[in-house]
This record gives sequence, structure tokens and C-alpha cells, in this order.
Amino acid sequence: MSRRGRDALLGYALVLPSLLIFGVFVFYPFGRNFWLALHRTPPFPGLPSKYVGLHQFGDVLGSEEFLKSLRVTLLFVLYTVPTGIVLGLLLAVLAHRELKGIGVYRTVFSSTVATSVAASSVIFFTLLNPQVGLFTYWLGRSGSLSVLQDPKTALIFVSITTIWQNLGLSFILMSAGLQSVPDDLYEAAEVDGAGARARFRHVTLPMLSPALFFAAVVGSIMAFQAFGQIDLLTEGGPNGATNVLVYSIYRDVFTSGNDGVAAVKAIALFVIVLVLTLVQLRFAEKRVSYAR
Amino acid sequence: MSGITLTGVGKTFDQTVAVADLDLAVEDHELLVLLGPSGCGKSTVLRMIAGLEQPTAGEIRIGDRVVNDVEPKDRDLAMVFQSYALYPHMTVRANIEFPLRARKVPKERRAEQVQEAAEMLGLTEYLDRKPAQLSGGQRQRVALARAVVRRPLAFLMDEPLSNLDAKLRAATRVELVDLQRRLEATVVYVTHDQVEAMTMGHRIAIMDRGVLQQVGSPQDVYDRPANLFVARFIGTPPMNTIRGTVERGDGGLGIRFDAVLLPIPIEVVAAVDASGLTELVVGVRPEHLAVVADGTGALPATVELVEHLGHEQHVVCRLPDGQLVTVRQGSHRPAPPARSSVRLVAAAEHLHCFDGATGERVA
Repeated sequence: MSRRGRDALLGYALVLPSLLIFGVFVFYPFGRNFWLALHRTPPFPGLPSKYVGLHQFGDVLGSEEFLKSLRVTLLFVLYTVPTGIVLGLLLAVLAHRELKGIGVYRTVFSSTVATSVAASSVIFFTLLNPQVGLFTYWLGRSGSLSVLQDPKTALIFVSITTIWQNLGLSFILMSAGLQSVPDDLYEAAEVDGAGARARFRHVTLPMLSPALFFAAVVGSIMAFQAFGQIDLLTEGGPNGATNVLVYSIYRDVFTSGNDGVAAVKAIALFVIVLVLTLVQLRFAEKRVSYAR
Repeated sequence: MSGITLTGVGKTFDQTVAVADLDLAVEDHELLVLLGPSGCGKSTVLRMIAGLEQPTAGEIRIGDRVVNDVEPKDRDLAMVFQSYALYPHMTVRANIEFPLRARKVPKERRAEQVQEAAEMLGLTEYLDRKPAQLSGGQRQRVALARAVVRRPLAFLMDEPLSNLDAKLRAATRVELVDLQRRLEATVVYVTHDQVEAMTMGHRIAIMDRGVLQQVGSPQDVYDRPANLFVARFIGTPPMNTIRGTVERGDGGLGIRFDAVLLPIPIEVVAAVDASGLTELVVGVRPEHLAVVADGTGALPATVELVEHLGHEQHVVCRLPDGQLVTVRQGSHRPAPPARSSVRLVAAAEHLHCFDGATGERVA
């Protein structure tokens, strides 16, 4: 065998284990999902599923249930992402100074990264408990309907929980962004006559725009994929008020047993996340580096 | 009146003294160069004048105003940074305009002044570019334009030429001097490059380890260095310094270098005698040393090598005690062969004598 041939063989051999893992856990399910989407799931298990082509896509994507779920998801993104970034930036600016013990604050501000979704959901679930919850008491709603059971407020409180969960990441991203701004730019602006506010507006914000953009896209992707806090806090309720896409997919499979419908929704979600990723990659190349 | 006066200024970071008890006055319309090796505190002095560092002692005045507690933005200074510190997201125009916008200058006046500054520095065709699209020299000019656009009381420049290549640096040096003259600007210029200091400064202030060593005109500092540090720091190749002991004989004072006893030049005898020194360091610049075949009152030495630079040559000689000294002579002079024994002489008026213990100039 030629040397090239041997090298190639060795290469394939080395790639094989990860190829197997990816094949079993990513590529096969990914392909299988498309197969499911093209077949209508039978009403009773055991019956053969029927090929319906793209028919099912039209049915599902045009359905009231899907559109409502999409609307809820978009609202959820809208509630969580901008607020999360603004709060993260605020904390990052506060912590971006040389003070004794500032490391303690930085650790506290980023700590939610190390908190599991389940744990923080349970914390908020307790705080929002209609009988004993501290927040419920502060909100003056003791004894009445839980804010998580009220269709008007459920999504907002799920969003608040999510913002809190993601705040650590947002803080870290913004802090990293701030640290990458050279000090002499601030000093130049200071000598040039810019006050604190002008420096923030004309130096910090523009220099942070790559980090802000990254945080917005990644935050949106995370919001589109949110599941744990919804499962633990509201189970998609009340009356579908928090039934985001991922949760509705989960319910289609595990409650209704309708794999075909779930598969179509999963593809829709995949397309949304794919587009966001492409946007990020596209703009990241253009905007991130301000080569000096 | 836009002179800058520092009185007893000090700066201590934690335990480290960056600048100690500095008294320095920058005259109106003067280009004063702060010169010293890296870490000598010169940049800290500049940053204290700018207000970017708070002095831990002393008083800083700009004009008649004590500015210790004045914010940088209210000091009416402009600073040019070593990195240029251009705003990367802004065009050249917006960069130059920024100090005017920050000070709320009306729009029409801004456009006018930007145009003027851009013309002064030959930047008119680059106004709509971003800094990343400019060469190093052009960026440097944008930094200068941003400084001059507002006509501040004084300019602070922190090694503004050190990121340029040698050729461009020499050209920009000339331009900077010209710019300073045209604007009649007060400039404090920090550098570690003695050529920049000598060629640009009206006066040079030399610092070492946070302490001001000497202030004076370039020629003055070169001709009469106040101490050994300045003597060795200024001049290329550096001044030769030879340590010897003072001997009091019947005929007067002499200085002994190993086996050789040389008479102390008549001009400095009185000063040395009065000081009662026993250890003396004698300095002589390479161009003031001459290689002779033999002679009295001359140091014996062995030629190590001769460096030919085209317009001059450096004869490196080894003294009996092993120390190397450099003799600088014109390239037309015959170069002594390597390993040959020679004698070195210097005219008495070109000798610098320093206290062997403190390094301070004696005469």
C-alpha cells in the first residue's frame, strides 16, 4: 500500500469512534426526524405510519396551535434577551473597576452560570408559591391565584426566572467585552473632553457592539431552545400561555404520541436556529474585529 | 500663559515610588522633552499632568491654575498616545472631530476646524477612512490632528514616534518640530530615544528611577552632564568613564588608574582638592579621546577592534584593568591595527570629573 493510502487509512481509523458517536446520537436521529416528518403517525400504536409527503408540513405549520406556540416563543425571546443583555452590561460596567474585593462581586455576578436550570427553577417555584412564596407576598398576591397559573403573568415570570438564570453568562460576555477595550481609548476620550456618559456612548458601546451582537444571537438561540424552566414551573400552561416550541414538541411526543407533528415542529425550530447561526457567523466576520 | 509648573510632585504606587519630589517648570511655547530609560517615571509625570494619574504629593499648575483636583477633561490639554488610541469605529473625520464634539463646539465651526487640522497634517484625502485602513504613519498623523484641532493650552506626547519605522520616524520628527513652531505650542514630550530628545527639545529633563537628574538645553546636558547617569545616558557611543583614586603628592594632585598616575587637570584641581574626595570617576567622550603612538600623561591600552561606520570609526580599546573604552575618530584617520599597543590622550578641558561615591559632577 502506498504511503498516502496508509496515512488515509489511519486517518479514517482515528475519526471512526467520533463518527460512530455522532452517527448514533446526531446524524441518525436528524435523518430519522425528516422521515417522521414525511409520515403521518397512526392514531393507535402498532398500525403502519402512512407516507404523506410535505402534506403534514402545511397542516402543522398552518395550525392555530403551532402559530400560538411560535408567538409565545417569540415573546419569550423578546422578554428575556434584551433585558438579560442590559442587566449583564450594567453589572459588568459596575464590576469593571479596580476596587478591593471586586473579585467577590464578579464571582457573585457570574455565579448563575454554575447553577443548574432545575435548581434555579425550583428556587423560583418556591419563591412564587401562592401560599408560602416570598415573591408572592411582596407582590401582594398571597392566597390568590399563583402568578404562574395566571395566563396574563405566567410567561413574564418564567421570563424573569430565565433572565436570572442567564444573567451570569450575559455578565461574563459583557465583562470580557469590556476588558478587550484598550484603556488608552478611555484615557484619550477623557483628555479629549468626554464625560463619563459620553465615554460610555462613544467608546464603550461601539467597542462592545461585537459582544452585544454575539450575546443577542446566542441568547436568542438559548431562548428558542428553553425547556427545563418551563417544564418545572408551568408545564407549558396555563392554557398554553408558556407553551414554547420546544415544550410543544415535547408534549406532542410524550403526551399526544404524535411523532410526525413533533418532527415537523422540530424542523421548523431547526430552521430558525440555523438562520440565527448563519446571521451570527456572517456578521461576526464582518463586525467583530476592529483591527487597529 | 500656558506654562506648566510641577512643585514637589510625587507619585507612589502601593510601596513603589514612581516619581519622587519633582520640581519642573515647562515654559510657555516650549518643547520640553522628558527623557529616561523605561520605568524611570517619565510617563507617570506626563499622565499626572494630563490628570490620568493623581499625584500623591505636590502641586501641578497649568498656567495660573492648580489642577490637582481638576478632571482631565477640564484641563484643556491634548494628548498623543504611543498607541495613538484612535477610535477604531470612527472615521478619520470623526476621530479628529471628537474633541470638538465632546466640548459641544457648534457644527459649522467643527467642520471648519477639522478641515484645517486635516490640511495641516495632509489628511484631507483620508477623512472618510477608518483607522484600520491607514498606514502607521497616517494613523500617527490622525492622532496629531486630533490633538491640534482644538488648539489646547498644551500638548502632551507619550512616545508618539516609537511605533514608526526608522525612516518615517526621522521625517516625522522634523514635521513635529515644524508643527510645534507654527502653533507656538507648549509641548511636553516623553521619549526614551536620546536622538529625539536632542534634536527636538528646547530643553531636556532627564529622569532615572523616578528622580529628575538634570534639566537643560540639549547642548548643555551633553557638555556638562550633572552626574554619571546623565553622562552615560546621553551620547552614542556613550561617554567613557574610568574610576581612579586621588593621590596627593608633593607636586599637587594626581589620579591613579592601576599602574598609571596621571596629573589632575589644572582646571579641576581646586574643586577636587576642596571636596576632599579620594575616589574619582573621570569621563571623556569618545570624540575627545585620541589614539597616539606614545606620549606622557596618556593611558596605555590595547586595540581590540575597529568599527568602520563610513563617516567615522570607533576604535575599541582595552585598558590594563580590562575595561573597554571607545575612541571616535574620522574615517580618514589610519585605523590602528588590532592587538597593537597604543596610548590614549584627551585634552584637559574635555575631561568630566565625578564623585566616585555619589556620581555627582565635581567639575
